[in-house]
Amino acid sequence: MPSATARVVLVTGVSRFLGARVAGALQAEPGIDRVIGVDTVPPTTPLGRTEFVRVDIRTPGIAKVISSERVDTVVHLNLVTSQIGPRPKMKELNVIGTMQLLAACQRSPDMRKLVVRSSAAVYGSSPRDPAVFAETDEPMEAPSSGYAKDVTEVEGYVRGLLRRRSDLTVSVLRFANFLGPDVDSPLTRYLRMPVVPTVLGFDPRLQFIHSGDGAEVVRRMTVEDHPGCYNVAGDGVLLLSQALRRAGRPSVPVPEASMQVFGDLGRRFAGLSGFSPELLRWLMYGRVIDCSKLAAELRWRPEHSAESAFTDFVRAAGGGHNPSLEVFDRLVGALGGRSPATTSHGRSGPRFGGPRAAPHENGAGR
Amino acid sequence: MKHGFGEFAEEQPMAPVIPLNTGAGEPPPGNGSLEDRLAAGLSFLRRRLAGDYEVDEFGYDPELAAGVLLPLARALYEHWFRVELRGLENVPADGCALIVANHSGTLPIDGLMLQVAVHDHVGRDLRLLGADLVYQVPVLGHLSRKAGHTLAHPADAARLLGKGELVGVFPEGFKGVGKPFRERYRLQRFGRGGFVETALRAGAPIVPCAIVGAEEIYPKIADLRALARLLGLPYFPITPTFPLLGVLGLVPLPSKWLIRFGEPMPMDGYGPEDADDPMTVFNLTDHVRETIQQTLYDTLLERGPAF
Repeated sequence: MPSATARVVLVTGVSRFLGARVAGALQAEPGIDRVIGVDTVPPTTPLGRTEFVRVDIRTPGIAKVISSERVDTVVHLNLVTSQIGPRPKMKELNVIGTMQLLAACQRSPDMRKLVVRSSAAVYGSSPRDPAVFAETDEPMEAPSSGYAKDVTEVEGYVRGLLRRRSDLTVSVLRFANFLGPDVDSPLTRYLRMPVVPTVLGFDPRLQFIHSGDGAEVVRRMTVEDHPGCYNVAGDGVLLLSQALRRAGRPSVPVPEASMQVFGDLGRRFAGLSGFSPELLRWLMYGRVIDCSKLAAELRWRPEHSAESAFTDFVRAAGGGHNPSLEVFDRLVGALGGRSPATTSHGRSGPRFGGPRAAPHENGAGR
Repeated sequence: MKHGFGEFAEEQPMAPVIPLNTGAGEPPPGNGSLEDRLAAGLSFLRRRLAGDYEVDEFGYDPELAAGVLLPLARALYEHWFRVELRGLENVPADGCALIVANHSGTLPIDGLMLQVAVHDHVGRDLRLLGADLVYQVPVLGHLSRKAGHTLAHPADAARLLGKGELVGVFPEGFKGVGKPFRERYRLQRFGRGGFVETALRAGAPIVPCAIVGAEEIYPKIADLRALARLLGLPYFPITPTFPLLGVLGLVPLPSKWLIRFGEPMPMDGYGPEDADDPMTVFNLTDHVRETIQQTLYDTLLERGPAF
């Protein structure tokens, strides 16, 4: 249901991929008068109609922007997931920034709506949790480090604000890992490593959301009223091993204890961000979230499945050819056989393709 | 909404589940020329190398399970344990159901044999519920997920039953699988009746199942508790051959197996609210347990000598 108020929307974190996409989508909305983007660094891409204000949300400056511009909708996308600087700084950006922003929101009489980017990382990753998380599920072990802990705290502050300002429409979006041509995150840097280290003996289930779909969800949450907490991920699940094979990335299994060493080497020599504890746990146990609540509420499903988001990312990263597959095809060709790539469909179609409704090897009993 | 196995590949509108490509990956049955089998094997290998297969939200990889994991278990099933089945007509051909079985054998091989039995002779995938220890152990954890198992958690069980799946559970858990040999075929406590609550909430019939033969594969005659604690295991078994013969001691003894499925117990007379009534849950749990115990004794008599 579209809300009727004349709209001044403030988007935090506008200089990063999600903020830029959301600002771009919102400024095309006829119902929105102004889009104000804030961030600590200037945007790298032109923002069009969006007015950029360089302000740090950790400072009271943000309150001035909100009150003087009569902002009625705040879209809070300023979540730092990669540890570039020291950890205290990241925590300050995420938690203190949110506290300052929410304090300004609580004070402002014009405020109507708050949309917050959270993360599925709030569910943690552990072998003792159910395979699929719904919004009401609590993890057995709450995340104790990194941005996963930050988002847990951020969600706590958002709930606090909602208690004090029950007139606000608050939507919290727990996103799966973003993938897309414009995304730069610990995950994308991990997947771009020349040889991707995986944890020996573990093959996590992963979900992805395409950055375009993520921005579309935020747009819908902003222009329509959908209060509540929602899991957001593309359809389908990929295993890490499967994803790496599809991308044709060489990988090497590494014992868990040595992963940290790999990460440190990467940080020192390749400009990577290392392996934070929550990324490492995710690479061991993975995580799957249930997005049926979002689909039912929006009557919409993400355009990109996990698989196509991944394909899109791989294409943009310049990968896609699979050396082991090429070697395999060449070997089979050299052995004089028909290449299974060309014959497999024709052959397997009639024989294995049909539905396996009838019990096969119907021997005993029935 | 109930889904049969054949309808599995269809779009399910609300459930966020990727459709399983049930047709793919079945290795050709024994007939067919060598060339055809070779081509099928190569195309299977190629799909694996390309990552061109699908897994569901639990990590179940039907192609790998049917093409690699189950054939390995099937070799044991047919030639080593010579499993015979009874009461197959009691396993529903479609719709959700909960198969509740006794657990034994020191290593949970009975679960695999039950899965092969249901897969080969009922034509359905059995989704087993495993202990959390399984998912902490490297290799075992992801192989178990790829084989279609998941964590024994009420949420996972409810989700599977809600999709119309056939779910298998061993309520005795470690108490059953790790009990000493002298207590063979005596059922242990059935957890806290969580499986009954789940069945009540899902309205799924319970199919009692007695597995005879698994008790003799690794007769556990002693337990090194200190070593088990050190390794974080629930027990460290001593069998006549392990650790005396080292790795060779891991070969299970070739006992004769009989698996009997009892009549399904429908949950029609109850509603989901009965899951919150502990007395109903206790009574049902006891009833299921007694049924399985009785079936176990009967089947044991039928089997006769263990080897």
